[in-house]
Amino acid sequence: MDRRLFLAGTAAIIVLPLGPAAATPDAMTEAIKKVIGNATPTEGRVKLEVPPLVENGSTVPLNVSVESPMTDSDHVKAIHVFNEKNPQPNVFSARLGPRSGKAVVGTRIKLGDSQRIVAIAETSDGRFWSAGADVIVTLAACLEESP
Amino acid sequence: MTGRLLALGLALVFVASYAAAQVGADKRRSGYQDMGEALQKMQDDDTANPGMLYVQLGGQLWKRAVGAADKSCADCHDAAPASMKGVAARYPAIPTGGDRPVDLEGRINLCRTENQKAEPLPPENRDLLALSAYVAHQSRDLRIAPPYDPRLDAFRREGAEIYRRRQGQLNLSCAICHDDNAGKKLAGIVIPEAHPTGYPIYRLEWQALGSLKRRLRNCLVGIRADAWPLDAPEYTALELYLMERAKGMKLETPAVRP
Amino acid sequence: MSNILVNAPKTARRGDVVEIKALIMHPMETGFRPGPNGRIIPRNIIERFTATWNGADIFAMDMSPAIAANPFVSFFAEAKESGTVVLRWTGDEGFAAEQRVDIAVE
Ligand code: HEC
Ligand code: HEC
Repeated sequence: MDRRLFLAGTAAIIVLPLGPAAATPDAMTEAIKKVIGNATPTEGRVKLEVPPLVENGSTVPLNVSVESPMTDSDHVKAIHVFNEKNPQPNVFSARLGPRSGKAVVGTRIKLGDSQRIVAIAETSDGRFWSAGADVIVTLAACLEESP
Repeated sequence: MTGRLLALGLALVFVASYAAAQVGADKRRSGYQDMGEALQKMQDDDTANPGMLYVQLGGQLWKRAVGAADKSCADCHDAAPASMKGVAARYPAIPTGGDRPVDLEGRINLCRTENQKAEPLPPENRDLLALSAYVAHQSRDLRIAPPYDPRLDAFRREGAEIYRRRQGQLNLSCAICHDDNAGKKLAGIVIPEAHPTGYPIYRLEWQALGSLKRRLRNCLVGIRADAWPLDAPEYTALELYLMERAKGMKLETPAVRP
Repeated sequence: MSNILVNAPKTARRGDVVEIKALIMHPMETGFRPGPNGRIIPRNIIERFTATWNGADIFAMDMSPAIAANPFVSFFAEAKESGTVVLRWTGDEGFAAEQRVDIAVE
C-alpha cells in the first residue's frame, strides 16, 4: 500500500476534548496553599517519578520518595500530590510516620492532558519540600464510540 | 476520561519510529513489545496487573454453582490449571455437534446454557470476561496453536478477506495499518501488529477488562466504519484469521495495553 | 465481596522495612464524565485507604477522583513484631472492603 495514499486517507480530523472546567495552575496553587498555609516549600529531598511520556493518561504510574531517616525525631509526616489540569487539583494525600521505615509511596493516577505534577512532603520539623515533573500524554488513537 | 468526547486524532504523521532491533527468525512483535517500560512492568507483576483482579474473580466464579442444573464449572471441569491448560490457545473452534466456530466467550456461554441451564451472559459482561480471563490465563506462556479442522478454513478465509477490505469513511483496511504501517506512529502511538496474544486485555483506555471484539470495534470506530453488532460472525472470522497469523506466539492473558 | 490482590512478604526479620502493595477492583468513577444518556455519571470513588499493623496505624491515603480505576497503592512499613496487617478501603456509596495479611517477624 502506498504511504501517500494512506496519509491522504487519514487526513486530519482532530476534535479537541471539551472537558468540564479543568483545574488550572491557579487552582493548583490554591490547593497547595490549603495544605501548607503560608509556608514556602523548598525544592529538594523529594523525588517524583512519572513517565515523561505516557501512552494513555487513564492509568499513569507515579512514585514519590523522600530522603529522610524516618526516626521518631526526624521523619516525613505526609506526602501530597497535586496536578494542574484534571478537574480537581488534589490527587492524593498520604500520611506516614516513623513506622514507615521509608518515605516512599506509589500509585496510579489519571491525567486528562499533558501537564505538570507537583509532590510536596511535610517533615516532622514542620517544613515542606517539593518536586515537580511534566508529563506528556499522547492521545489514544482508537477510542470507544463516543457517547 | 475528562470529557474527551471524540478525539479521533488521525491527523497524524507517521513517524518511522523505531529501529526495531529484532532478534531471531520470528520478526513478529506482540503489542507488549511496543509498550513503554512502565506498562510492561505493570503487565509482568501479577500483583500490579489489574487484569489479575478479574482472573481472581473468574476463579471464584469457576467454583460457584449456577443455573437450573445448579452446577459450577469446577463440578465438570475440576481444577482449571489442568483442565483448561492450552484451551485458549486453540480457540475459536467448532463445538461438538455444531457447524460454526465460537470464540472462548461463546464456548463458555454454551456451557452456561447447555450444561448449567443458565442464561447466557451478555457480551462484555464482567463475569463473562472474568471467566474468560481465568480460562485463558491457564494458557499463559503457551504458544497459539489453532486447531487443525478443515471446516474452519472458509471462516478463516472470510476473516482474511475482511482484514484486507477497505472500509469506513477513512477507507482503510486493517492490513494498511497493521501490516504496511506497523511500527510507525499514529498520533504518537506505535501501531502494533495486531496479534491477539493477550485477550481479554486490561486496556488502560477502558479502565477495565475487555474482549478482542471490543478492541476490534475500537479500530472500526477509529476508521469511522459501522461496527458490527457484538454477536456478529465477522468478529469470529477475524479472530480465526488473527490467531492463525499469530500462530506460535505466546499467550499473555491478561495483557495490559494502552 | 471485593476483589483484592495484596503483595506483602510472609516473613521478615525484625527491623526490616517491607514493601506492601495492594490492588482493588473499583471503577473510581470521577463524577465528571457524561454517561451514554448524556447525563453526568455520579461520583463513585474510594476516598480513603488505611493500613494498620497489630492495630497501630502504619499508613493512610486520601484519594481523589484523579486516582486511576482499580486503585493501586504501594508503601513501606517497619517490621517490628509478628502480626496482622489490616488494609481497609472506604468510599462513596457505602463502599467498604478489608483484607488481612499475616507477617511473621523473627
Ligand atoms: C455439566 C457439566 C459442565 C459444566 C457445569 C460446565 N461445562 Fe464446560 N464443558 C462441558 C463439556 C462436556 C465440554 C466439552 C464439550 C465438547 O467436547 O464438545 C465442555 C467444554 C468447555 C470448554 C472448551 C474446552 C475445550 O477443550 O475446547 C470450556 C472453555 C468450558 N467448557 C468452560 C466452562 C466454564 C467456564 C464453565 C462454567 C461457567 C463450564 N464450562 C461449565 C461440561 C460442562
Ligand atoms: C488507522 C490505523 C488502524 C486501522 C485501519 C486498524 N487499526 Fe487496529 N490498531 C491501531 C492502533 C493505533 C492500535 C493500538 C492502539 C493503542 O495502543 O491505543 C490498534 C490495535 C489493534 C489491536 C490490538 C493489538 C494488541 O496488542 O492487543 C488489534 C487486535 C487490532 N488493532 C486489529 C485491527 C483490525 C482487525 C482492524 C481492521 C478491522 C484494525 N485493527 C484496523 C490502528 C489501526
